[in-house]
Amino acid sequence: MKDETLLARAGLIPNEQFGALSAPIYQSATFRHPQVGQSTGYDYTRTDNPTRKQLEEEIARLEGGEGACAFSSGMAALTAVFLLFRTGDEILLSDDLYGGTWRLMEDIFLPLGLKSRYVDMGNPEAVLKAVGPDTKALLVETPTNPLMKIADLKALGELARKKNLLYLVDNTFLSPYLQKPIQFGADVVIHSGTKYLSGHNDTLCGLAIARTKELSDRLKFILNATGGILSPFESWLVLRGMKTLALRMDRAQENAGALALFLAHHPEVTKVYYPGLRGHTSKAIHDSQARGAGAMVSFRLKSPQAAVSLINNLKIISYAESLGGVESLITYPMTQTHAAIPEEIRLRLGITGDLLRLSVGIENLEDLKNDLIQALETKI
Amino acid sequence: MNPHTDLIHPGLESDPFTGAVGVPIYQTSTFHQEDPLNMGQWTYARSENPTRTALETALAKLEGVERAFTFSSGMAAVSSVIAALVEKGDRIAASKDLYGGSHRILTKFFSKFGVETVFVDPGDITAWEKLAQKPTKLFFLESPSNPLLKITDLKAVSDLARAQGILTVLDNTFTTPWFQKPLLQGIDVVIHSATKFLGGHSDLVAGAAAARDPEIAGKIAWVQNAFGAILGPQDCFLLWRGLRTLGVRMERQQASAHALAHWLQGQTWIKTVHYPGLESHPGRDVHLSQTQGPGAILSFETDTPQRALELMKNVKLPVVAVSLGGVESILSWPERMSHAAIPEKERRELGITPSLLRFSVGLEDWEDLAKDLEAASH
Repeated sequence: MKDETLLARAGLIPNEQFGALSAPIYQSATFRHPQVGQSTGYDYTRTDNPTRKQLEEEIARLEGGEGACAFSSGMAALTAVFLLFRTGDEILLSDDLYGGTWRLMEDIFLPLGLKSRYVDMGNPEAVLKAVGPDTKALLVETPTNPLMKIADLKALGELARKKNLLYLVDNTFLSPYLQKPIQFGADVVIHSGTKYLSGHNDTLCGLAIARTKELSDRLKFILNATGGILSPFESWLVLRGMKTLALRMDRAQENAGALALFLAHHPEVTKVYYPGLRGHTSKAIHDSQARGAGAMVSFRLKSPQAAVSLINNLKIISYAESLGGVESLITYPMTQTHAAIPEEIRLRLGITGDLLRLSVGIENLEDLKNDLIQALETKI
Repeated sequence: MNPHTDLIHPGLESDPFTGAVGVPIYQTSTFHQEDPLNMGQWTYARSENPTRTALETALAKLEGVERAFTFSSGMAAVSSVIAALVEKGDRIAASKDLYGGSHRILTKFFSKFGVETVFVDPGDITAWEKLAQKPTKLFFLESPSNPLLKITDLKAVSDLARAQGILTVLDNTFTTPWFQKPLLQGIDVVIHSATKFLGGHSDLVAGAAAARDPEIAGKIAWVQNAFGAILGPQDCFLLWRGLRTLGVRMERQQASAHALAHWLQGQTWIKTVHYPGLESHPGRDVHLSQTQGPGAILSFETDTPQRALELMKNVKLPVVAVSLGGVESILSWPERMSHAAIPEKERRELGITPSLLRFSVGLEDWEDLAKDLEAASH
């Protein structure tokens, strides 16, 4: 069955008692036991809930994993993944990374004794060189946030296997509709399900999908023990969002491709980061591992003042943190998504005041383009 | 603004207090009044609720008018609208193969209050002309009709109705304002089962109505508040959320329906395919002149009633169920489902046979659907 068909059927329960088309929302904290020593399979919603389970099964199937866990936010999912490790373990992370992930590692897990090292995952030799005796895992974003750097998923998968590292991939930017990291050896795929999977900017969600049953059980143990679960209603909303994932992605990606080209030719724009552009240095690698270039575009203007002015003058595109919804959003990484990263590191990476990140929605392309044109032309 | 953009920015889509990019769910029945002598806009959730207002604003924009109204089901919309427009002694002329539920409420309910309904072959313009006189108060139309996808010439019928002071009401459920905006073509009132394409995910039951003339809209608003068959805040939010993907859903589902209609025509076990996008469809030209597309519903007759039963028993992808317009394909049997409320004799006259199946094409890959139908057919 093709992904489009799987997605349209997300949440359809074949043998459900009433034949309802939509997965029921089991807004129940606990479950009555038939008698002592017996269970329906459900005991307490923190451990397992039928609605959440439905979502977990659907996302596991889409990513090609053996099991999945749904969390109350993307950061809750990453927290659970970091809890797979212990004091003294080192994790290699993409150097261009979502600020919240950086903060979680540096401010919470470093004091607990984990070690971190940031490397350019686009350069497998550099990654290999960085692997030390304590290195236990790779955490990779591709494309990276916000600079759209590409990691070679297959090469890193081989490296991880050879060095016996746990291979973790944050697949938020593309969703399993466009990229399936488990095919390239990923052990755990992480999502901020808030983004494309839910798709309507109306719920927060985190997901972790494991390649093996053993890893999925370990994550499940952590989920139950630490309790960062996704509520039944939100599990259902994410399932509902997934039903239109293919359509939304197709349309948003089509818009993003055209806007990236438009921006690349605009005199006020000094640089565009989008893996669909011919000029993107890693386009070939990206194309070999993903079905499309996605709908996230970053770009630079001539000055920080120009960036601020653009944001202030946009009328259709909302200025807000987050991405992956039906409505286009513009983000200022320096003060929003990457504010937690110290200035010195931000500058080294190139996350400066002239950089903007655009999450392209499913509005009409001409309307979005015209909005950008008028905002770019408004004098500061 | 392009309609795709309007769907995302219909107005009231952002909360002014917090900047939230979605509509808050105002799960409240009543509203505190600062000044008892000058009540604010919000008094009681049956009259108006901010979540419902956001939804109604989005629907009105889609239909191209000032105001729209939502109800707790499609039938609540039908009964509220008709109650707003007729009184004792009036006559209603309605399309013959009307949705069974509408047929039932006209013949079993409004008839009790002195409102008579006569049924007309929707394609027969002289039949409408004959009824365009007192005591006829309104024409109740469906185009395309359910389940045979017959087409009514909306301009011709509404022109002759207007000339006689008769109101026209159209059930726009099958096509939605994405493809057909009847209020801009002379129809006075549109009604929807918003359960279908507008909601789009088979997870809520809702109705909607919109009117061209503000005075008629006022009458509907009055009945909406007086009958009180309103849509709750939670469902208003879900329906509003559904509207955001209406454009992409309708376009994909229509493209698949088109492909499937052609494919079905070539199958030996198929007798007829009804779909206004097919060259063979008698109403195709009229339909395409008044819409942007043939939509995502088709019906077909199998060679034998047994074949229809087998298909329903054996299909793996489409759900066999009442309703339509969801992301999942739905196969229904008008004989026992949507049109069971119509007496058998009338059903046969209409051409609704036990071999007739209605197919609401969803978002699945159309080749997956064709393979499934093929496997289920024998």
